[in-house]
Amino acid sequence: MRQEKGLIQNIDWLVVMVYLLLVISGWMNIYAAVFDEENVTGIFDLLQNSGKQFLWIITSIIIIVAIFTIDFRFYESFAYVIYGAIIFLLVLVLVAGKEVAGSRSWFELGSFRIQPSEFAKFATALAVSAYMSRPGFKISKIGRFLPAAFIVLLPAALIILQGDTGTALIYSAFILVFYREGFSQVVILIGLLAVALFIMTLLVDKLALIVVIAMLALAIIIVGKKTLKRIAIIAAAAILMGGVVFSVDYFVTEVLKPHQQNRIKALINPDADPSGYGWNVTQSKIAIGSGGFWGKGYLEGTQTKFDFVPEQSTDFIFCTLGEERGWIGSFFLIAMFVFLSIRIVMIAERQKSRFARNYGYCVAGIIFFHFMVNIGMTIGLFPVIGIPLPFFSYGGSSLWAFTILLFILLKLDAHRMQLLVRF
Amino acid sequence: MGDKRRYIIQGVFVMVGLIYLIKLFSIQVLDSTYKLAAEDNVMRKITEYPFRGLIYDRNQQLLVHNEPVYDLMIVPNEVKMKDTLRFCQALGIDKVTFEVKMEEAKEYSWVRPSVFMKMLSNKTFARFQDRLIDYPGFYIQSRTLRGYSHNSLANALGYIGEISKQELAKDTTEYYNQGDYIGISGVERFYERQLRGEQGVKYKMVNVRGVEKGAFKGGRYDKPSIPGNNLISTIDLSLQEYGEKLMEGKAGAVVAIEPATGEILSLISAPSYDPEILVGRKFGENFLQLSQDSLTPLFNRAIMSVYPPGSTFKPIQALIALEEGVIKPNENIYCAGNLVGDHAPPGYYNVYNSIQKSSNNYYYIVFRRIINQELSENTFVDSRLGLEKWNDYLRKFGLGAPVGIDIPNEKGGMIPTPEYYNQIYGENRWKWSTINSISIGQGEILISPLQMANYAAIIANRGYYYRPHVIKSIGEDGKPLPKYREKMEVGIDTSHFAPVIEGMRMVVDGGTGFRADIEGLEVCGKTGTSQNPHGEDHSVFVAFAPRDNPKIAIAVYVQNAGQGARAAASVAGLMIEKYLAGEIKRFWIEDYALRGEFIY
Repeated sequence: MRQEKGLIQNIDWLVVMVYLLLVISGWMNIYAAVFDEENVTGIFDLLQNSGKQFLWIITSIIIIVAIFTIDFRFYESFAYVIYGAIIFLLVLVLVAGKEVAGSRSWFELGSFRIQPSEFAKFATALAVSAYMSRPGFKISKIGRFLPAAFIVLLPAALIILQGDTGTALIYSAFILVFYREGFSQVVILIGLLAVALFIMTLLVDKLALIVVIAMLALAIIIVGKKTLKRIAIIAAAAILMGGVVFSVDYFVTEVLKPHQQNRIKALINPDADPSGYGWNVTQSKIAIGSGGFWGKGYLEGTQTKFDFVPEQSTDFIFCTLGEERGWIGSFFLIAMFVFLSIRIVMIAERQKSRFARNYGYCVAGIIFFHFMVNIGMTIGLFPVIGIPLPFFSYGGSSLWAFTILLFILLKLDAHRMQLLVRF
Repeated sequence: MGDKRRYIIQGVFVMVGLIYLIKLFSIQVLDSTYKLAAEDNVMRKITEYPFRGLIYDRNQQLLVHNEPVYDLMIVPNEVKMKDTLRFCQALGIDKVTFEVKMEEAKEYSWVRPSVFMKMLSNKTFARFQDRLIDYPGFYIQSRTLRGYSHNSLANALGYIGEISKQELAKDTTEYYNQGDYIGISGVERFYERQLRGEQGVKYKMVNVRGVEKGAFKGGRYDKPSIPGNNLISTIDLSLQEYGEKLMEGKAGAVVAIEPATGEILSLISAPSYDPEILVGRKFGENFLQLSQDSLTPLFNRAIMSVYPPGSTFKPIQALIALEEGVIKPNENIYCAGNLVGDHAPPGYYNVYNSIQKSSNNYYYIVFRRIINQELSENTFVDSRLGLEKWNDYLRKFGLGAPVGIDIPNEKGGMIPTPEYYNQIYGENRWKWSTINSISIGQGEILISPLQMANYAAIIANRGYYYRPHVIKSIGEDGKPLPKYREKMEVGIDTSHFAPVIEGMRMVVDGGTGFRADIEGLEVCGKTGTSQNPHGEDHSVFVAFAPRDNPKIAIAVYVQNAGQGARAAASVAGLMIEKYLAGEIKRFWIEDYALRGEFIY
């Protein structure tokens, strides 16, 4: 009895509140996104997305209760089992899944569809956290790091095979937990540099870029000490960068599928593809931009009813909010996500168990990456990648998966005092 | 270390949030273009359909042009209908039709434009255009249809129509949208990519009253349409029209080729139809009628029908035998006429008179010499080796497989191969005597009129050809596709053609092909009768003229018209006369050809 009471007290109610706010305002926005003046339906109408989302919300609460009922030690003990089961499902969906819009990532059971790749995120987070909390784990030891990287990359690879590159990209969010556990800053910086170089290559003429790299390298050589080793390293780096520049071109034209090329090109230059993805982003910006500072008011939006993208209530849900609630609404949403991410990091840091801390960073990374990519694409700062806005977008799989992800952390957190410190 | 990194991570969270808020502030508060774009205006994406390429004949006569039509588009969301009745009257539809079309449009999309009524007539368009302002949510989109200033060449030109669902799904370039037109048959299909041009797009701001407020962002996103390439055909329209006139009341095909280039001068399939009837609103109705017609006017007999060549096959047998060295041109072979049924009387035959008199027995013997060259002691193996050789020659003559005309669905016909006989009789279970019916162009051999005309062109050229084609220039290029510029050798020495051509000259000059004889022109030809198990035999004639430096090679098939000497030779002779002399002097032959009605 005492323990029960303690549990309630120990729950991080701040996070729960933010969760509820996001879920409820998401639900209201889903209603607004498909709202049609001439054909008004109730928010609970089960034929509409908003009605179905209400069902997902109710079931999510049941899931939360279930998560809190299960013993907290279960999640660490069974991390690999859960991970194994999900990997099995990811393989199975490749064989028995239903193809939707070019991706084979859904199971269909009657009228009910479920996307295992959504659930793979929390399973991977559990497994990688468990692995990284093994005694003697040090990320700087390559032999220890590689299995951890493998745990993350395996589901990502399977999801790419399903044809859903967008969801697979989210697995880069695990860099956050690696970084926290001491992953080399240099490697991350080089990674960021490569991404920057990638974008520069698309923006600037190849030859000009090569010349600039060569001149920069020369300048760095001249300025610093002229030891042979240093010159060799800088020259090698410059040549490597030149190689990247040339391979990017090959990568974009030969490896990426045409629709993926278009998305990247549209990001760089919306005019290049006005009828395709550039058009979607332009429409999305018009909708958000037309909201002004205060917004047009709830259900008063006109642009989001424009059908410009088929995913108004899922991936482009932010447009509705931007249009109807203006900058001030966007401010609150962004503030909530930033607050939630920071709060989760704080929760992670106060854990006594290394497993719980790692898991906390995984959760922060996954939620924040989704937020960053999803909002970024609607305002033209990211290429169009079809991933949902956590807790906000329409969709049962996504809402359930994020709920599980977050509330396992809250469950672990609620029991943090009970744990015997192992290290 | 953990602590430092923890703050860096949280710092990154805040940074990204700030960047997003600044970007949002800029598009939501500072930049007014997005508000202007949205303020009770809606953006309309208007597809600019390109002009489809025109097609000319070889003398710069227009074969296919474009005619504008107007589609009435609807955006249901913007519709504010005050007087439905007047609207319906202006369009000439009743209220029920209006409701049905409205529902269809709404079902497609409330906010995206769709076609309300296709291809308004000029009268309706004129009446409606002025009142358009009273009907917000409606606008006119123009596109072009095909038009023809003549009524021939329908099967070769083909037609265009709305892209089918299956084809739309197959289109990986994402060029086509539902409702777009695409070449469905003939040249229109084969040269679709060259003809179609590139669609353009215009983004216009339209206010709630349907009044255009100009281009979105000054037309930055607009893309003009690019017209398709014009094509120049190899067809001689006046010869084509004349040939179609001659073939009226008959079923069959005429193919005429310029031997030196492979350019097709005429490609006639009879009966045909007026290309105009497969354009526009009547398409569905007319197409149904044409496709149910028992005389199959939509079937391009010139390239899709295949028949046994009959006696027209003799010259090629002579050429193969000469090249193989199994006969000499002047070598007389006594034919008692008892090996196979024959019209030619018993006597001595050589290459010349065997062609002229069409001796079946002579070619019976010649074919045995080709097949059984005693390369093996086993007669079965020997026959197989012989037939393989023979097959090689025929393949080089463009027989047994499509020759590759630039019109889709060409049939390749049939040349029996050793594998074919192996399947029927079993390996080493057949020999010359099993297969000898093919020696005189009957049996399993099937050849299309196009292949036949190409065969005539090969003899005219003394041993080579260019793949027959109907388009000789694409756009500014001035050249046909590369595959039509490639010289194809048939592997028979030039010297062997002289005796065969002499024999073919004798056919026309005092032989069975006399109806193709034209004064002052050395026409060479060969008649044939293609056995037809279902009725009267088909009449076949191949010819070229003049003998030296030939300008035209031709093949004529007239179905159920009996001997080739009659209908087919007359038609071929008249076509040659028309093309080379420019006018017809032999009226009696023209009368004879026009009178012959063989399909009824």
